[in-house]
Amino acid sequence: MADRDPAPSLRTGPDAQGRFGDFGGRWVAETLMPLLLEVEAAWNAARADSAFRAELDGLLRDYVGRPSPLYHAPRLSAELGGARIYLKRDELNHTGAHKINNCLGQVLLARRMGKRRIIAETGAGQHGVATATVAARFGLPCVVYMGARDIERQQPNVFRMRLLGADVRPVRTGSATLKDAMNEALRDWVSNPHDTFYVIGTAAGPHPYPAMVRDLQCVIGEEARAQILAAEGRLPDLCVAAVGGGSNAIGLFHPFLDDPVELVGVEAAGRGLHTAQHAATLAAGTPGVLHGNRTLLLQDADGQIRETHSISAGLDYPGVGPEHAWLKSIGRVRYASATDDEALAAFQLLARTEGILPALEPAHALAHVMRVAPRMPADRIILMNLCGRGDKDIFTVARALGAEL
Amino acid sequence: MKRDRLAERLAALGSRPGLVAFACGGDPSPELGPRILAAMVKGGADLIEVGVPFSDPMADGPSIQAGNRRALSAGTTLRGVLDLVARFRRDDDATPVVLMGYANPVLAFGIDRFAVAAARSGVDGVILVDVPPEESAPFLGPVRRAGLHWIRLATPTTDDRRLPHILSDASGFLYHVAVAGVTGVKSAPEAQVAAAVAQLKAATVLPVAVGFGVRTPAHARTVARHADLVVVGSAVVDVIGNAHARGANDIPGEVERFVASLAEAVRTARPEVVA
Repeated sequence: MADRDPAPSLRTGPDAQGRFGDFGGRWVAETLMPLLLEVEAAWNAARADSAFRAELDGLLRDYVGRPSPLYHAPRLSAELGGARIYLKRDELNHTGAHKINNCLGQVLLARRMGKRRIIAETGAGQHGVATATVAARFGLPCVVYMGARDIERQQPNVFRMRLLGADVRPVRTGSATLKDAMNEALRDWVSNPHDTFYVIGTAAGPHPYPAMVRDLQCVIGEEARAQILAAEGRLPDLCVAAVGGGSNAIGLFHPFLDDPVELVGVEAAGRGLHTAQHAATLAAGTPGVLHGNRTLLLQDADGQIRETHSISAGLDYPGVGPEHAWLKSIGRVRYASATDDEALAAFQLLARTEGILPALEPAHALAHVMRVAPRMPADRIILMNLCGRGDKDIFTVARALGAEL
Repeated sequence: MKRDRLAERLAALGSRPGLVAFACGGDPSPELGPRILAAMVKGGADLIEVGVPFSDPMADGPSIQAGNRRALSAGTTLRGVLDLVARFRRDDDATPVVLMGYANPVLAFGIDRFAVAAARSGVDGVILVDVPPEESAPFLGPVRRAGLHWIRLATPTTDDRRLPHILSDASGFLYHVAVAGVTGVKSAPEAQVAAAVAQLKAATVLPVAVGFGVRTPAHARTVARHADLVVVGSAVVDVIGNAHARGANDIPGEVERFVASLAEAVRTARPEVVA
């Protein structure tokens, strides 16, 4: 083994066409192509510019509150009775989730490009809140598209966005959830190509978005890697993160891709993979093109996109970032799933053992940790991304548990 | 050698502007589909554009989104759209038919299989809205081998650097998207259409079609003063949608009357070529 060439890095993608293996690309209307090329050129220049990086780092520190802590969860670990569990506390970020890492970078880029208007799509509302927040911080008008069904189940975030001055526009087409909000945001962008910057919230969409969002979210994994080395003197055995579009997961996983660390993404199994009511794209999807990229999709035999279900609005999406589709295809990352009920149980467990209300999205990741931690010896380390806090979800959880508020 | 209905029709038009009428295939039902296409021809459409319904039509405005939904809820598939064209072809072997849609239904069908089946059904050209030159390589071979035209889009964001890239694999005609936006919402002022067409004509010998936001006979007339082909989509789809919502019993008749008003406007747009 010693004389073999080291394995090539898995961190070099995408290629010049924005492809990760067979996935990714730029499947958009011609009107958007020049805009994507412009965003790509601007992003490449910005990321190489130390002044841009310094401004972003300063804001991540003083405005977002980074680095987020890496927390050893002793009572959770004891309760599960196996591996030592560490939580990457990205729920402590300003606005309560990892989403702001990406928004800050993209809005700084928009400003650098001279764009005067910000648009975004949102599912759970976390990306919408983060975008509205950063837009307010820079005094830019902001329109957030949100599925009418998501507006219903995420009222606190809708009000929060409105307080921040954003124009929240309900989208009633299709399943009235995240995918339809993304269609509507793309329609807005194609109609306002000159003054508008589209802040995509997940590591999906046309190139360069999957790569740009990943780069901006890699702060999670870079910090976590250094923190676990400082705390334990070694790398974790397993990293776990929830996957909807996949931005928090790719942000955690990417800095570990070349390490001997097992990586598991956890999708939403909704009412079960045996039903049609789930959002487990990597488990049950087939290749296709939606929202500007070739990826795995939940679709029927005629190529029509299926409606999905998850108790978590942030995971309720029929596609997934192209880099995840590729990482699955080469077997580097394994993808599991957790049902609505398992996520609810995990939500309550973390509340009672650690005094932390997780968002329903990372509750899915925790559900997987609950399955595997008890089977691992006490000297093993699990690092889980706690990518959002659960305050926004208390009404959904109350309804699911039959509690009156 | 497959017959080139598109080239024949464009040659027959000469310097007279032509009307392209659009409907979503299978809207409001697969049964009415062929009759609606025939009604558009009877009303005076020179070319027919048939939309392949997709669940997530991100480049379309409310009218065509609704048409897609009606077609899908009536059970229309890509296979169904090809069957519809084949049924239309039994009575009309001259009017060119161009399919317009999104990549995913074609990818699910299989690109090769699609191209062969489309040509066999009597389709003459294909426009895939979300397949820019950067992603078109896998489509070009199969589409050409089947004798279909690969129709490209130029837009208000197309600059001089990008235009040659767009034109490199274009055939049939060049479709100019008149406004930056989705179908059927905003309309371009005449001076803007004139300037864009002149710019494109300087770069290509292909006929130039202009669409997006052309909703009335009066507007079709102004566009026809400059363009070789005028595309009307959302307004036709609205006629179908409104008639369907009213429970009208002669939807093809209403389509024919509306298309006739557009055709009249387009034909008389340039008095000098009418004589």
